[in-house]
Amino acid sequence: MTGIVALAAGVDAGDTAWMLAATALVVLMTPALGLFYAGLVRAKNTLNTFMMCVAALAVATVAWALIGYSFAFDGSGGFIGGFDHAFLNDVTFAPRDGTRIPGLLFMAFQASFCIVTVALVSGAVVERMRFAPFLAFAALWSILVYSVLAHWSFGGGWLQAHGTLDFAGGVPVEMGSGFSALAAALVVRARKDYGRQALLPHNAIYVLVGAGLLWFGWFGFNGGSGFGANDASVLAFVNTLLAPACTLVVWFVLDLLRSRQVTAIGAATAIIVGCVGITPAAGYVSPLWAMALGALAALPSYAVILWRPRTRVDETLDVLAAHGVAGITGILTIGFVAQASWNGVADGLFYGDAGQLGHQALAVLATPAYAFVATFLILRFIMLFAPLRAPEHEEALGMDIVQHGEEAYATGEGAILISTEPVPGELATTDRS
Amino acid sequence: MRLVIAIVRPEKANDVLEALYRAEVRGVSMSRVQGHGGELERVETYRGMTVKMGLAEKVRFEIAVSEAFVEPTITALCDGARTGEVGDGKIFVVPLERVIRIRTGETDDGAVTPHRA
Repeated sequence: MTGIVALAAGVDAGDTAWMLAATALVVLMTPALGLFYAGLVRAKNTLNTFMMCVAALAVATVAWALIGYSFAFDGSGGFIGGFDHAFLNDVTFAPRDGTRIPGLLFMAFQASFCIVTVALVSGAVVERMRFAPFLAFAALWSILVYSVLAHWSFGGGWLQAHGTLDFAGGVPVEMGSGFSALAAALVVRARKDYGRQALLPHNAIYVLVGAGLLWFGWFGFNGGSGFGANDASVLAFVNTLLAPACTLVVWFVLDLLRSRQVTAIGAATAIIVGCVGITPAAGYVSPLWAMALGALAALPSYAVILWRPRTRVDETLDVLAAHGVAGITGILTIGFVAQASWNGVADGLFYGDAGQLGHQALAVLATPAYAFVATFLILRFIMLFAPLRAPEHEEALGMDIVQHGEEAYATGEGAILISTEPVPGELATTDRS
Repeated sequence: MRLVIAIVRPEKANDVLEALYRAEVRGVSMSRVQGHGGELERVETYRGMTVKMGLAEKVRFEIAVSEAFVEPTITALCDGARTGEVGDGKIFVVPLERVIRIRTGETDDGAVTPHRA
C-alpha cells in the first residue's frame, strides 16, 4: 500500500462509506430470514428451511453477477435491460449515473436485494419441496423474475419511466416475492398434513430474533436506497424505525380484540409487515405519514393472515400476506401522501397530484400479474425434469434427514462413528426407520 | 384389564392418535423414546464425521383398557402406525393387576373407563 487514497472521479467518500455498511446490513437479512422461517416450521424441517435461504445466498449471488445485474441495470429498455454488464463487464469503480458510489458497490448493494427476495419466496414451499429443484428455481427466478421487476422499477424500465415511485423495492422485492409465493404454493401444492393436523411453529424465539435482525438489516435496505449519506437516506432510515413501531401497536390491538392476548409470533410478523409497508415509501413520505402508513399496513395483512389458512392454499409462511399485501399498501399509499417538500420528486393526491396515484396503481396491477405468471411457468418448466416435492414418506420423516442427512437437534445418543472419511456407498443409504 | 404399550414411528403419532380417537379409546399417555428394532441405520454426516444413527426416534403409547377395548385398541394402533416398512414398531399387551383413579378412588374397570366431562 502506498498510503495514497484512491477514489474514482465522481465518487464520494461519505456516500461510499455508508453504502458499504448498508450492503452488509442487507446481506445479514437473508440469514435473519432463515432464522425467522426456521422457527416457523416444525423441528424436523429446521435445517432445510434455513438452507433455502443459504441457497439464495449462493445461487442468486452467482446468477446476479453473471447476468441478473445486467438484465436489471443495463440500458433503459422498457421490459428488460441488456447484456452489456453480463459477467460484470464494465462494472468498475466509476460511479453509476445518478449516484456518487462506485458502480461495483452499486452492483453488490442491488445483489443483496435479489438474494433476500429469492429467499423470501422459499417461505411458500418449505417442508415439502426438494432442495435440488429449489436451487434451479432460485437461479431461474432471480434472472427471469427479480431482474425484470428490478429493471421495471429501478433500472429505467417502463414503470420508472412512467413515473411510478418505488423507493426500496415495493415492486420487485415485496409484491414480486408475495405473488410469486402464491404461484409457487399452487404449483408445489399443500403439505400432506395441511388442513388435517395443526402444523405449528417449533421455536418462537427464533422467529422473534429473526424478525429483530431483519428489522436491523432493513435500516440498510431502506436507508441505503438513497444511495448515499443524504436527506433521502436519512428520511428512509428514520421512517424504517417509525412505521414498524406503529404496525406493532396496531397489531397488538388487533390481537387483543381477537383473542385478548398479544402473541409473540404475531409481533414478529408485525415487524415484517411494517418494514415491508414502508419499503416503497420510505424516502417519499413525511415521518408522520410513515407512522400512519405503518398503522394502516397492519390491517389488510392481518386480515389475509387470518383468512389464508382457512383456504386450501398452503402458502406456508404467508409471504403473500406479509410481503405482497403490505407491499401493495405501501406502493398505493405513496400515491396519496408523497410530498415533494420531503422527497423533492413528486406529490401525491393529498398534496395536489392525483396522477401519482394512477402511476402507483399501474404497478399494483402489472407486478403481481407478471410475478405470478412467470413463477408459475418457471416451476412447471422445472417439473419437466424433476419432481418438485419429496414423496409422502420422506415428507413425514422431515426434510432435514432426507434432503441433508443432518438434524438440527441431533443428540448423538446411539450414534456410532463409522468413519472420519465420507464413505460414498454408505452415504447413499437412505432408510425409513 | 390390560396395559397396551405401543412403540411407533414419531411421524405416525398423529395418525395413531386420530385412529384411537375414532375407536373411542380416550385415556392415553405418550412419550418420546429412542430405540432400535432391526431397521436399517440412518447415516448422517457432520463435517468430516460420518455417523450411523443406531437408535431411531420413536413414540411410546401407554393405554390401560378394559378387556372389551383390547382388540379395538390394537386395531387402531396398527391402522394408525403401519407403513409397511421395517421400523413400524411393536405392540405389547400385558396384564394389569390394579388400577386406581386418583381423583375418585375408583378401581379397576371403573378407573379405566373415562368419565364424560
